[in-house]
Amino acid sequence: MKVLVPVKRVIDYNVKVRVKSDGSGVETSNVKMSMNPFDEIAVEEAVRLRESGVAEEVIIVSLGVQQCQETIRTALAMGGDRGILVQSDGELQPLAVAKLLKELVEREGPELVILGKQAIDDDANQTGQMLAALLGWPQGTFASRLELAEGEARVTREVDGGLETVALRLPAVVTTDLRLNEPRYAKLPNIMKAKKKQLDVVSPEDLGVDVEPRLKTLKVSEPPKRSGGVRVGSVEELVEKLRNEAKVI
Amino acid sequence: MAVLVIAEHEESVLAPSTLATVTAARAIDDAVDVLVAGDGCEAVVRQACAVEGVRRVRVADGGHLAHGLAENVATVVVGLAGDYAHVLAPASTFGKNLMPRVAALLDVQQISDVTAVESADTFVRPIYAGNALATVQSGDAVKVVTVRPTAFEKAAESGGAGEVEQVDAGSDSGLSRFVDQQLTSSDRPELTAAPIVVSGGRGLGSGENFRLLEELADVLGAAIGASRAAVDAGYVPNDYQVGQTGKVVAPDLYIAVGISGAIQHLAGMEGSKVIVAINKDEDAPIFEIADYGLVGDLFEVVPELTRKLGS
Ligand SMILES: Cc1cc2nc3c(=O)[nH]c(=O)nc-3n(C[C@H](O)[C@H](O)[C@H](O)COP(=O)(O)OP(=O)(O)OC[C@H]3O[C@@H](n4cnc5c(N)ncnc54)[C@H](O)[C@@H]3O)c2cc1C
Ligand SMILES: Nc1ncnc2c1ncn2[C@@H]1O[C@H](COP(=O)(O)O)[C@@H](O)[C@H]1O
Repeated sequence: MKVLVPVKRVIDYNVKVRVKSDGSGVETSNVKMSMNPFDEIAVEEAVRLRESGVAEEVIIVSLGVQQCQETIRTALAMGGDRGILVQSDGELQPLAVAKLLKELVEREGPELVILGKQAIDDDANQTGQMLAALLGWPQGTFASRLELAEGEARVTREVDGGLETVALRLPAVVTTDLRLNEPRYAKLPNIMKAKKKQLDVVSPEDLGVDVEPRLKTLKVSEPPKRSGGVRVGSVEELVEKLRNEAKVI
Repeated sequence: MAVLVIAEHEESVLAPSTLATVTAARAIDDAVDVLVAGDGCEAVVRQACAVEGVRRVRVADGGHLAHGLAENVATVVVGLAGDYAHVLAPASTFGKNLMPRVAALLDVQQISDVTAVESADTFVRPIYAGNALATVQSGDAVKVVTVRPTAFEKAAESGGAGEVEQVDAGSDSGLSRFVDQQLTSSDRPELTAAPIVVSGGRGLGSGENFRLLEELADVLGAAIGASRAAVDAGYVPNDYQVGQTGKVVAPDLYIAVGISGAIQHLAGMEGSKVIVAINKDEDAPIFEIADYGLVGDLFEVVPELTRKLGS
């Protein structure tokens, strides 16, 4: 079977994000960009499925600006077989991304789509569930374990109360949580090989999808700062402050 | 037009996150209905009717609605959505799993993890692990929203007199099936609702050493949380994780022990009223946001703190 993995290009998780002073968004120029960490986990899982013979092809998809090709190449260096860029310069909100992915799924015919549970820029946590809905497929979100057998995907999910396992009839959508696997680092020869792998570029118009944003961002502001930084010299002092100053115990 | 709140519940208990979501709903409109979808949830229905401000409790009952399977529950919600201008659920793993499915079926762009209601179409939500707050306006006919429970007071559990109405429960989609669950059971208060949280990080060094935090939590009546590093290392189960990708907590007192203070961790606890940090590294970033920072070895400090608080 084929596996499709969408990978998003986001500000690297180590970067301290700064809000622009005009309130229009966050500073993105001269900032390190990387693959969304959850998507690395998705790529790793898909590549392992191919390596174990369960999957025969891993298709990597990214949606966004031309530079997303770099993100796709990174995923190809990790073991993806070929890539598709849906190139668009405008803002793509999760519903639009899900609609574009649906069109690609219908073209490519994967039996499994593995996405990250959440993009660490918009923190939306929506796209996988939306895609599943649009396709009429089952969904296994926040996966910390995935097993495929007898036309089913068994997904162990990280839920608020602990862990839950569901069985999904294939084809299905799975979204990754952090403990699903530990993604590999691409080795140099694989990075070289990835440069030669097929990477097709299409546009939202080619796919016939209206990607007009539904949400308008009126402003982006800095969260209120905590005025921390106070030190106490001893446990005694800490207890005294908690009792008499903060009055929380 | 009215607001529909999707109740989160476990077996026979309405989750506190639902109460916070009702408060967010009332900030939008006075007419608030609650949907209880599940399998034999009479007790939850009773609790929901009693919540202050609830006009009506709509009940969808059926075996296929057990365990909140999104494929089945979404169909019920979509069937009711025409009566509402807003559909809200808590931004818990329950709501996060369900609501985007609902939104896509309604052709709506969901608004995730809302921390403030500005008006009926405008909401505030954190982005970039809480490093920025976005104010967003929705042009969709129905607003599908998940609500960060710690950002809203809980509605009172009594005083309401909602009417009960049975609604069409639909049928099993056959797409997915619940297999089993391993829920962490604990006598401690629930992490996201506890007034005091004691959290441990990689500095604890092992799962056994979390005993030190349990003893401290015992004297404080606190819940126990953890950093991702502590969960990944297997010291504690996944549902202890606080942060951008774990739980968001906002207790009166948060005590971070052996946690460095990575931005992804702060995203889950920065809303706490008072933060205490115990760390042996005086340059640990956690100290920048802590109201009270104590530099020291946790293996000495924590037992001493437990003793002093216990006496
Ligand atoms: C996409 C993504 C999502 C993430 N989501 C989360 C999340 O939800 N929650 C989360 O917590 N992290 C999350 N992380 C991980 C985060 O970046 C940090 O790696 C993690 O929070 C570090 O955990 P820690 O502070 O326990 O460990 P460390 O950073 O290793 O810190 C351990 C601390 O313990 C102190 N220490 C050691 N020994 C002692 C001692 N004897 N006494 C006192 N102090 C001691 C050290 O000085 C150090 O400061 C995420 C990362 C990514 C990439
Ligand atoms: N522009 C995009 N390109 C590729 N994948 C995306 C894009 N947006 C979202 N995704 C996928 O959807 C997941 C969840 O994103 P979100 O719903 O935005 O939090 C991500 O982890 C990706 O796997």
